[in-house]
Amino acid sequence: MAESVVTDAMRAAIGVEGPPTIAEVTASGIRLFARAVGHADPAFYDEAAAKERGYRGLLAPPGYLGTPVYRPGGRDPDELGQRYEIPYKRILNGGTTYEYMEPVVAGDVITSRSRITEFRERAGSMGPMLITYRETLFTRQDGKVVAKMRGNIINY
Amino acid sequence: MADQVYFEDVKEGDAIPELRKNCSTQQLVIWAAASGDFYQIHYDMSFAKSTGLDNIIVHGALKNAFLGQLLHDWVGVAGKVREFGCQYRGMDYPNQDIVCRGVVTKKYVEGEQHFVELDVWTENPQGQRTTPGTARVVLPSRG
Repeated sequence: MAESVVTDAMRAAIGVEGPPTIAEVTASGIRLFARAVGHADPAFYDEAAAKERGYRGLLAPPGYLGTPVYRPGGRDPDELGQRYEIPYKRILNGGTTYEYMEPVVAGDVITSRSRITEFRERAGSMGPMLITYRETLFTRQDGKVVAKMRGNIINY
Repeated sequence: MADQVYFEDVKEGDAIPELRKNCSTQQLVIWAAASGDFYQIHYDMSFAKSTGLDNIIVHGALKNAFLGQLLHDWVGVAGKVREFGCQYRGMDYPNQDIVCRGVVTKKYVEGEQHFVELDVWTENPQGQRTTPGTARVVLPSRG
C-alpha cells in the first residue's frame, strides 16, 4: 500500500456541505434522458399520459434529477467547494444509489447540496486508488427533499 | 407494459423479467448529452486508449439507469421505485449485450406500504456481474 494521500485539508472537508447547484427539470431534458436509456413508458414522453397517472407533470425517469444550469467559463474550484488536490489524474465513477421520496416532474427546479462522507484508499488492479464517498440531497422549489444520492468517485 | 405485479405475487428468490441492452456508440453520445457526462472515455477511442483503456466504455451511470428501467417497468403503473443503485465494478463496451437482472431478497409491510427489496445487477456476455446493486420498491397489494 502506497503512502496515504488523504491530507488534513481533505479530512477537514468531510461533512462540510458544498455550495448548492441548481438543476432544471425540463420536458426536453426528461425526454432526452428517457430516450438515451431506452425507456418506453409514455409517462416520460407525454404529459397527458403522466397526468392521467396522477403525476403533476411529465414524469422524470429514475436517475434524472434535472439538468444543471450551465454558465460559460465554468465554476472555479473554490466555488465548487473542493479545496484540496488529489495526486491521481484518472477518475472513474465508482457507484451510485438514488433514494426517492417524491416523484420528480417537468417544471421542478432542484437544488442539490453535496457533502463528502468518507475517504477510503485501496490498492486496486490499476494501482493505488482514492475513493471519495459523497451524499447529495435534492430539494424541490417548495422546500421538499425529493431524493438523496449516495455515490463514490475513484481517483487512481 | 406487462400486467401489474402485486405484492402477493412475489416471494424471496424470485427473478424478475430481464431487460436486455446493447449500446451503440450513438446511444452513448445521446446519454452523454442527457446526463451531462462528457468524459471522452465514453465516445473518443484515441482518448480512451490514452488513459490505458482498450476500448470506449459504457457510462456506469447509464448502466445504473438501465437498472432503474428494469425496476420501473417491473413495478408497473401502480408500483414505485423507492431506491436503486449499484457499484461500477466492471467495464462494459459498446455493441455487447448488457443483461439487467433482479432477484427478490426480502418483502415486508411497513405502515400501509408493501415493500420489496431486490438484488439487481447487469451482466456482461461472459456472465460476470459488472454492476452489482440493490433496490427497494413499493408494490400494490391485492388487499
